[in-house]
Amino acid sequence: MSERRDDPGSLYDRLEPLLMGVSKPIQYIGGEVNSIRKNWSDAEVRWVLMYPDAYAIGQPNQGLAILYEVLNERDWIMAERSYAVWPDLAALMREHGVGQFTLESHRPVRAFDILGVSLSTELGYTNLLAVLDLASIPRRSADRGPDDPLVIVGGHASFNPEPIADFVDAVVLGDGEEASLRVSAIVRGWKAAGCPDGRVGVLTMLADAGCYVPSFYDVAYAEDGRIASVRPNRPGVARIVEKNTLQHLDEWPYPKAPVVPIAETVHERYSVEIFRGCTRGCRFCQAGMVTRPVRERNVETIGCMVEAGLAATGLEEVGLLSLSSADHTEIGTIAKELGDRYEGTNVSLSLPSTRVDAFNISLADELSRNGRRSGLTFAPEGGSARLRRVINKGVDEDDLIVTVTAAFGRGWRHVKLYFMCGLPTETDDDVLGIADLAARVIEAGRQTSGQRDIRCTVSIGGFVPKSHTPFQWAGQADVETIDRRIQLLRQRVRDDKRYGRSITVRYHDGKPGQIEGLLSRGDRRVGRVVEEVYARGGTFDGWSEHFSYDRWTEAAASALAGTGVDLGWYTTRERTRDEVLPWDHLDVGLDRDWLWHEWQEALVEGGQDDCRWDGCYDCGVCTSLGSETQIGPTGKHLLPLTVVGS
Amino acid sequence: MATREQPPQSPPPVQRLQVRYCKRGRARFTSHRDVARALERALRRADIPMAYSSGFNPHPRISYAGASATGAATEADYLELGLARSCDPGWVRDAMSAALPEGIDVLEVVERGIGEPSLTDRLEASTWQIAVAGPSHDVARRAVAAALAAASLPVERLTKNGVRQFDARPAVLALEAPEAGTILATLRQEVPLVRPDDVVQALGRVEPDFVLASAALYARLDQGLYRDGRIVSPFEKP
Repeated sequence: MSERRDDPGSLYDRLEPLLMGVSKPIQYIGGEVNSIRKNWSDAEVRWVLMYPDAYAIGQPNQGLAILYEVLNERDWIMAERSYAVWPDLAALMREHGVGQFTLESHRPVRAFDILGVSLSTELGYTNLLAVLDLASIPRRSADRGPDDPLVIVGGHASFNPEPIADFVDAVVLGDGEEASLRVSAIVRGWKAAGCPDGRVGVLTMLADAGCYVPSFYDVAYAEDGRIASVRPNRPGVARIVEKNTLQHLDEWPYPKAPVVPIAETVHERYSVEIFRGCTRGCRFCQAGMVTRPVRERNVETIGCMVEAGLAATGLEEVGLLSLSSADHTEIGTIAKELGDRYEGTNVSLSLPSTRVDAFNISLADELSRNGRRSGLTFAPEGGSARLRRVINKGVDEDDLIVTVTAAFGRGWRHVKLYFMCGLPTETDDDVLGIADLAARVIEAGRQTSGQRDIRCTVSIGGFVPKSHTPFQWAGQADVETIDRRIQLLRQRVRDDKRYGRSITVRYHDGKPGQIEGLLSRGDRRVGRVVEEVYARGGTFDGWSEHFSYDRWTEAAASALAGTGVDLGWYTTRERTRDEVLPWDHLDVGLDRDWLWHEWQEALVEGGQDDCRWDGCYDCGVCTSLGSETQIGPTGKHLLPLTVVGS
Repeated sequence: MATREQPPQSPPPVQRLQVRYCKRGRARFTSHRDVARALERALRRADIPMAYSSGFNPHPRISYAGASATGAATEADYLELGLARSCDPGWVRDAMSAALPEGIDVLEVVERGIGEPSLTDRLEASTWQIAVAGPSHDVARRAVAAALAAASLPVERLTKNGVRQFDARPAVLALEAPEAGTILATLRQEVPLVRPDDVVQALGRVEPDFVLASAALYARLDQGLYRDGRIVSPFEKP
């Protein structure tokens, strides 16, 4: 990060011989269509955008794809990509002294100014340490010197960055488009001025500009292990750090031409966010809480992005992304007009995250005119009406049956239902209700279609309480409870002679969720657990073949020894209203009293409407952050297609 | 609508184009599936009017005539495209090359006439360049001489069904060590398919000093008909 850095050159020649002996070497090659290579000397600020998991998972990440273009569009910024390296290559790289590299130019990551890390899931934390290690960047920010990049994290998991606070230099909360440019401008100015006051100098400027710099805050603990206080340790540092909110999505139509992977990845589609944010108010959902308010893209922008994106990538699948796609005020126009435009072509359109609503079946019908019709997915989340009131997921069982009946009537044969297990106040009966619901779905399908080949897949996973949600105070269900209830459900389905064979239950056991729970509501002491797990060889924790629950529990016992707190304290313990939560100094705009009120309402099964249609209920976002809900209808339509000559 | 209608049958291709393509440099690490995906996307970006297969999930009509292994570079892999509309082969070559990722390029495109044989029947042998780090030129020459003199070259390969043994010798049409670090092998493509790594294994068996310092690198230089002791382009008219 010093003032001027010479071009470190490419590591490729030393890497290539190692690639002959590893699995899927193509993921380390780069050179994909739409990847951007710039001259080292032309750039004043150099970023590495890193996703702490394998290329197959990280490459399709929408957030990084957006930042890659936003940054590279500036001629004074270069941004290259890097991903976690699988253990087979990592071992060879260590043996031969080859460091973590970027895909565009295979330059060493350590030579760049900023290592920007997208944290979508807590189970990537050990990979963050592995990448720092392979890059020869000191793990702790306190140990980094003038030649080390700034390690800056963003993404949903960084709304509680405390477990990794010691490993990062700064955190960007919320939308990254404008924030990443602001960070770039600060680093540019600081370098041009000769790096005044070294790392502390630039971190101070970043903190002034709204970044969270963990090292500028001290955490004190009380006798009972709870946090006594979180306080700035230098003058001029904000006591509370607010998230970034991008307004006017139509002015930020990214990604326009995302990198087209050569290696196989988990999502091979061109995705357009049709809106950002969600005010449905599901109490378990961190995404819906931290991304408020709702900001829509209009039909015209969406149409232009789809057309240009397909032409630039050669992809055939389009994903219309959002947290609740059918809630776009003009979703009918979007579906109808895109359906018309691509009818008879091989382009397929998909609308993930739809509500249980018969209207959605006509949407799905519009979007699948080309014949490709996958299963329909709905997420009632809770197995009983009572539990769905607790989580404020307004899915009525009769509505669900009406919806699937409409779907079966239009030729669908397979419905997928998503549920969580271990929700607050949940009983065995709530979970067993899932079997009854699935049976009703099958019966409705058999009656409507007159056929027996109707299938319902039930996916169920353990609920993990997250920061900045009404359930941030809740005690997480323990592993035994979750596993036992899932087994009860499986048994109930197996015992059902009439419908059981038409129902598939997919499930995750409770163990990874427990660790996710430790990390998502952990404080800075949990950082030692992450270090200890990494020291014991743990990486790629999001992969069941790499995740070891025993390694985590043993590491937690050893790293937390003497603190008076343990794994259970962080996970299954219910918090009180007055407890200082590790993320209380990070503000996503939600009023703490409103969150507490929602938590209390959950316990008495009280509902909360959506502010888009039923009036403001003072969650605090718009008033405190100066942002506003931006929705249509705009009355716009798709623009005519541009003529492509050949 | 209780049951879904079957989609209409797609018309057969109007034109068949035979394509010679290469994988160079870093693109050697693409697997066959990677190449296939990259190719389909490149055809769409380049707006080449592909014919599609019928069914609910139509695919562009591309048939591959063998393919080099992941990790091996190639100057002569082949495939055939079925087009919905006649195009100039030269335009298709340029458009595809421009749209393909770095290192994958289209070298030649020719039209397959009615009644002309498929590519698969015309790919009889390949010449491989094998980069071998470690053995001196002398050692390599000794190994080559011993291999050519041997009546059989037993090699082993680990397959899904365990270790399989077979004789690599009948497939070896030519073998030489033109310079230190390089082996050239021309191999007949028959069953069982003898691959260049089998040749490296055989060289190590006949000459104990033939020991590699690091993994060998393979590149297919040519592939086609085998006539009078040399490889002839499969596009050559009989």
